[in-house]
Amino acid sequence: MRPQTASACLLDVADLHVHFETSRGIVRAVEGLSFQVRRGEVVAIVGESGSGKSVSALAVMRLLPRLTGRTRGRILFDGKSLLDLDDEAMRQIRGRDISMIFQEPMTSLNPLLTVGLQITEPLTIHLGMSDEAARARAVELLQLVGIPDAESRLDQYPHQFSGGMRQRVMIAIGLACNPKLIIADEPTTALDVTIQAQILELMKELSRKLDIALIVITHNLGVVARYADRVIVMYAARMVEEGAAEAVFHRPRHPYSMGLLHSVPRLDHPRGARLETIEGLVPNLANAPPGCRFGPRCPFRIEACAEEPELLPTDTGAQARCHRVAEIAEGRITWAGSGVAGTAQTARDGGALLSVRHLTKHFPVRGRFGSSGGRVVRAVEDVSFDIAPGETLGLVGESGCGKTTVGRLILRLEQPTGGEISFAGADMLTASAAELQAIRRKIQVIFQDPYSSLNPRMTVGQIVGEPLHVYKLSPDAKAAQARVAELLSQVGLRPELGERYPHQLSGGQRQRVGIARALALEPSFIVCDEAVSALDVSIQGQIINLLEDLQRRLGLAYLFIAHDLAVVRHISMRVVVMYFGRVMEVADRDAIYADALHPYTKVLLDAAPVPDPTIEKARAPRLIQGELPSHAAPPTGCVFNTRCPMASAECRATVPPLEEKRPGHFAACIKV
Amino acid sequence: MLRYTVNRILLMIPTLLGVAVLIFFMLRVVPGDIVEVKLRGDGGSVTQETIEAERKRLGLDKPWHEQFVGWMVGVATLDLGISMWTERPVVEEMALRLELSLEVAILATIFAVLIAVPLGTLAALFRDTWIDYLMRIMTIGGISIPSFWFGMIIMLSLLALFNWLPPITFTSIYEDPIANLTQLIWPALAVGYRYCAVAARMIRSSLLEVLNEDYIRTARAKGVFERLVISRHALRNALLPAITVIGLEFTFLIGGLVVTEQVFNLNGIGQLFVQSVARNDFTLIQGMVMLIAGFYVLVNLGIDLLYAVFDPRIRYE
Repeated sequence: MRPQTASACLLDVADLHVHFETSRGIVRAVEGLSFQVRRGEVVAIVGESGSGKSVSALAVMRLLPRLTGRTRGRILFDGKSLLDLDDEAMRQIRGRDISMIFQEPMTSLNPLLTVGLQITEPLTIHLGMSDEAARARAVELLQLVGIPDAESRLDQYPHQFSGGMRQRVMIAIGLACNPKLIIADEPTTALDVTIQAQILELMKELSRKLDIALIVITHNLGVVARYADRVIVMYAARMVEEGAAEAVFHRPRHPYSMGLLHSVPRLDHPRGARLETIEGLVPNLANAPPGCRFGPRCPFRIEACAEEPELLPTDTGAQARCHRVAEIAEGRITWAGSGVAGTAQTARDGGALLSVRHLTKHFPVRGRFGSSGGRVVRAVEDVSFDIAPGETLGLVGESGCGKTTVGRLILRLEQPTGGEISFAGADMLTASAAELQAIRRKIQVIFQDPYSSLNPRMTVGQIVGEPLHVYKLSPDAKAAQARVAELLSQVGLRPELGERYPHQLSGGQRQRVGIARALALEPSFIVCDEAVSALDVSIQGQIINLLEDLQRRLGLAYLFIAHDLAVVRHISMRVVVMYFGRVMEVADRDAIYADALHPYTKVLLDAAPVPDPTIEKARAPRLIQGELPSHAAPPTGCVFNTRCPMASAECRATVPPLEEKRPGHFAACIKV
Repeated sequence: MLRYTVNRILLMIPTLLGVAVLIFFMLRVVPGDIVEVKLRGDGGSVTQETIEAERKRLGLDKPWHEQFVGWMVGVATLDLGISMWTERPVVEEMALRLELSLEVAILATIFAVLIAVPLGTLAALFRDTWIDYLMRIMTIGGISIPSFWFGMIIMLSLLALFNWLPPITFTSIYEDPIANLTQLIWPALAVGYRYCAVAARMIRSSLLEVLNEDYIRTARAKGVFERLVISRHALRNALLPAITVIGLEFTFLIGGLVVTEQVFNLNGIGQLFVQSVARNDFTLIQGMVMLIAGFYVLVNLGIDLLYAVFDPRIRYE
């Protein structure tokens, strides 16, 4: 433990401005940011994309692009003014006193260098260790971050590590020189929820044990609640609220913080009818509105908001940048959001619209010369479920569990190895080409990535109108145009946007275009493959609401494939949990979230952080150990037995069947 | 890795056999034959009988399928036959020139790589400064100026400045390295300029791309010396795509230097190729095509294996 000196303040950022010179003009990415971090403290910076949170962190490290980035203000670290240091002095601080952990473990390590070299590099450079000493320390570090067999893994390359393991390596690199401050930029965003929980726990424990201050940058409010002592909320380049985590989460005093907390579906609250989202879009920083940045989207806007508000102290001991702080504190204005009452009904009378029985997909493992040698990856194994008209079935699981493959099999983008799929009574696997085309009209898809799933050379109007053209649904160009305009307004886009190209739209707008395209053929069933996971929190809420409205109006059935348990819970009527290609549990939404039977479902629910610091701090870490098994050596018996806390010899012997344990509640586990 | 290499070498056999079949038939559909060129080339009158006799002597009177079988048997037994013009073994004819062509290609490669790597790196590091602009002007020149023209400029400059011209008779490097180099360094420079320009631009652009990678940011965040960030972290990754370009240019230099060889009065593979085509020397053309195809396949294998050495993600199983 370091002695607690009088100047406990480790990092003092004052009036930080970061500007980028771009071809579109000067982008003011950070404006007037001031905050302090004390020794050993965990501070979270929350905000949506473009809020300036990552840029601020890179500015502290002085890692912004030299040619275009301009940094102004004062950054005091441990008594040194970082912006006044020369390059060499700054280099000595990076990795020695401040280290940084990045979001993408897949691309943040150099693919051509061994992991050992990448860990020992800061040790030999900053501490002047000999190669042997550095290697010994690297082994120690890998053990510290929980990588077994550390000695031999030092000579391996990053591609031989899984995503979670790579992030552990990144943490080991960050810890190497015992820094005073670690900045973690979205450290778990790219990871599965069970791995995320492991990494979060590890970082929290290490920072406490080694007395390292931590700045965590994230958009995930649950992660903030689990970690942070203090929270900084940023919006459009400015800090809008700052205070103790409990204060900001329980009694937010800035309308944006209030909106943010309302727009995420939450596992710890009863499921609301509709998400109370923040309307509108994040402003363009090259051409920001005058006055309060949040003004255009704020339901509490008054005339005074045309003037930029100062940071005002609040009753909660925090500070917020809003003219109406006092009124909010007195409870005179509360967040109403844009919700309209009305619940999607569980409409499960009548037959199934889509019926999947014993669906199986094996991918042959190809050697370099085509011969598979009979080895296969069992991506989907014996999956069965029904979807009724107008119903939403949530399909949830971690990456690699086969959920996306199930979607692709239903869309017939892949040929199943075995099983049956029938749609509205017709067998899709034996249907003739003409029949299949008729069925396909009724089944549409919305993809995850709104950036790469729209053709950049086509206008929005052409993209939305293409299915009409393919199926010759519109008698002439004029009718087609009218239909496109109708579809666009149906998803909340102005018809003029039809003239634009995808790159001119925001992420949320693009996802709306994807939905409009899916609606063009008047489908009765839509596969939503991670349809909201690439979107910012406030936009995600808008799209979820849109999907629910459309379902009510048009009677659509959805297969909602996602990894976010809270989102699935919000939108689904029934939920299927998959793991390693197999169904673990199927039940009505409320049954599965209130009373999960399968140990894997329990683990998943337990691992997902909820945006409530009181719950998170009280939560005893009950971690699932280990990682997904390898498809090269699949586990025998129950696929979950390698990680299951309840596993016994029987579990390794036979594959448990999916049984109805309670009415309408199925689980594949012999222990329940 | 070993299994992969063996597999790749075995796969060369069908590839080369395919080339052998193609070139045989392509030559037979082209009009004209060597006997006409040989006997009537200088306008003398020759009787039809003489021509027929000569055709018979060279085996050109046999039906095409017999010739084809002969050729394929020859390829299979690595016997490429005898040149119809000089009546010396094809392999011997080619070997004479190959030494020279190979040396020019190797010299040009050394020259190009030695200059291109630092040049491309500097241009990327000082992007949009005068260093970068200078490099871009030099390399665009290298790509647009024909090698033979640059070769002539070299010759004329040598003559004007030093009143000296490189020797025109080939001396093997094993006999007299100095004499050998004074002859071959100039053509290597002339073709190496273009080569170097292509490689330098490739290195510049791939280095710029690599410098934007996340792992470079990681390296800087670790406080690694900027020199080491470039040499250890960035350059190794950036050189991978350059290997492909360098390999393909190298194979081009083996057979593609027709005019440049003329300018420097070199008796290389390119010259021999043109001569054999002009004379309709079927056996020699076939042999040359097999030689160059063989080089392409081998160099490509070499590139793939080099990739595996540099990039641990590529493990051929």
